[in-house]
Amino acid sequence: MRLADTLRFARDAAAGYPLRTALSVLAMSIGVAAVVILTALGDGARRYVVGQFASIGTNLVIVLPGRSGTGGFNPANAITTTPRDLTIDDAAALLRAAGVRRVAPLAVGTSEISFGGRLREVMVAGSVSDFLPIRNFELVQGSGLPDDDWSRGAPVAVIGATIRDELFGGEPAVGKLVRVGDRRLRVVGVLKPVGQGLGLNTDELVIVPVALAQAMFNSNTLFRILIEATSREAIPEVKERALEILRQRHRGEEDVTVITQDAILATFDKLLGTLTLGVAGIAAISLAVAGILVMNVMLVAVTQRTGEIGLLKALGAPARTIRLAFLTEAAMLSTVGALLGYLLGESGAFALRQFFPVFPAYPPDWAVIAGLGTALVTGLLFGVMPARRAARLDPVQALMKH
Amino acid sequence: MALIELKGIERVFQLGDAAVHALAGLDLRIDNGEYVAVMGPSGSGKSTLLNLLGLLDRPNSGTYRLEGRDVTTLSADEQARVRSERIGFVFQSFHLVPRLTAAENIALPMMLAGIPARERNARVARALAGFGLENRADHRPDQLSGGQRQRVAIARATIMQPALILADEPTGNLDRHTGDEVVNLLESLNAGGVTLIVVTHDQAMGARARRRIVMEDGRIDHESSHAPG
Repeated sequence: MRLADTLRFARDAAAGYPLRTALSVLAMSIGVAAVVILTALGDGARRYVVGQFASIGTNLVIVLPGRSGTGGFNPANAITTTPRDLTIDDAAALLRAAGVRRVAPLAVGTSEISFGGRLREVMVAGSVSDFLPIRNFELVQGSGLPDDDWSRGAPVAVIGATIRDELFGGEPAVGKLVRVGDRRLRVVGVLKPVGQGLGLNTDELVIVPVALAQAMFNSNTLFRILIEATSREAIPEVKERALEILRQRHRGEEDVTVITQDAILATFDKLLGTLTLGVAGIAAISLAVAGILVMNVMLVAVTQRTGEIGLLKALGAPARTIRLAFLTEAAMLSTVGALLGYLLGESGAFALRQFFPVFPAYPPDWAVIAGLGTALVTGLLFGVMPARRAARLDPVQALMKH
Repeated sequence: MALIELKGIERVFQLGDAAVHALAGLDLRIDNGEYVAVMGPSGSGKSTLLNLLGLLDRPNSGTYRLEGRDVTTLSADEQARVRSERIGFVFQSFHLVPRLTAAENIALPMMLAGIPARERNARVARALAGFGLENRADHRPDQLSGGQRQRVAIARATIMQPALILADEPTGNLDRHTGDEVVNLLESLNAGGVTLIVVTHDQAMGARARRRIVMEDGRIDHESSHAPG
């Protein structure tokens, strides 16, 4: 039988039983769509988190108080106790290290901000003028913190966009005096709104000079020291030097942890990449189920069309032709199902992106290829057995079933 | 010249412990262009003989020579090729593929044989005209009358221009009038030179054949023949 005839015969055979065909195509397409949508979710999460981490700055090296057993990023770092405090002088010492472009000490706490009778709780970040460029923050109005001695706490503040809106409404904020805690500070700048970023909403942040923040919270310690290396290549060296300088300053004790943005990025990338892979694996189970369904449908087809198979044999069809006809039909079911599922999955991912614009829910190429490939291979594989069964039927027995 | 030569054909079916001899030591010779009716009671081996002649079944022993060639030793695919090129089947229940139109059903043997679509269409058009089915080309079997269905089946059986047509109770599902039409059609094919072998219960139909073979218990009980007319 010619190829075009085989294809047409298989197509007509599939179209001859619309409900059965539709159901197996549906099952296959749901399987493929599940792979596409779930991996789009997983990979979207990965891109989102990696993007958020990348946006906190470039070539960042972060010093935090306390020592964790191993290097690299460890969630336990967030809750370690502080054996020896990090101080502003520690931060200033790091400025001298080679490969360091900028350093920003960071002290944080919560306080209240009020203006014109309006009052709200805010997160206060104490830092220096370089904090804004290190964190890639931009200003919409005014200027950043004054570039003067770190130990001088000038009574000024840079406020987030949300705080500006809530306290000042449409009025200009720069130059106004606000009360933060028990101090009166002059607003010198307003941050550009950026929205949520890794738990810290910069739109609701008040940035003050680090010495002022320490005075307000009555403490000498720093929450973090942020270091920006001159280049990506300089990051490992900067990390080493920072550790060395701080060990010397802390009497030979290595009681700080230095992490790099790269390490965090790599960790999250790997973590969420593995998650995506796992999700793809779960979705692949539905593909296998769909493959088994195609096999079932084809076995039913062989039983239902036994008389027809006997006829084909009587009309001179060799076993190969019958095998090929049924295999083609199975392949057609899974191909149409796979393509339909791909379209379904892509439109699902598109809908996700429409509803959550910040979430880059694009299915990764490998998942699409693997999904379509698995669908076709399982369809064919599970089509082999019914096709062989059809080809092996005894023509006399088959012709009697009509 | 002998079209069919059967020598010592045995066909045994195993039913539980009992061995049933459907065909027992059968010898038969049928010449080119003959018109043969195979008759006999149920279980006498008529259908087994027809399946064997159509290469749908193999004997347990004995030889079957078709056009001088021993076909019992051929592989399944070689036998399929012989069926495709030399043998046409007409069944009691028509055996049309329900989802295909009359034209597609007639073209099916040519499609299976890999004949190009252009030639198929030309031959199907001739067959439709020859069997009075021009207006039924695009009808599916369920839109056709019994007589029309059997005419489509006969057109399908002859489309590959076989040397032999095997008909199993071709009028069994038809009323007398359409049955007569179908028999006339088959006889006209025979008149054109095709060897026709009909299995039937119907005495009247059997009487029309020039040669009648009556079977009993897997053997030929007796034969009779009369002059054409």
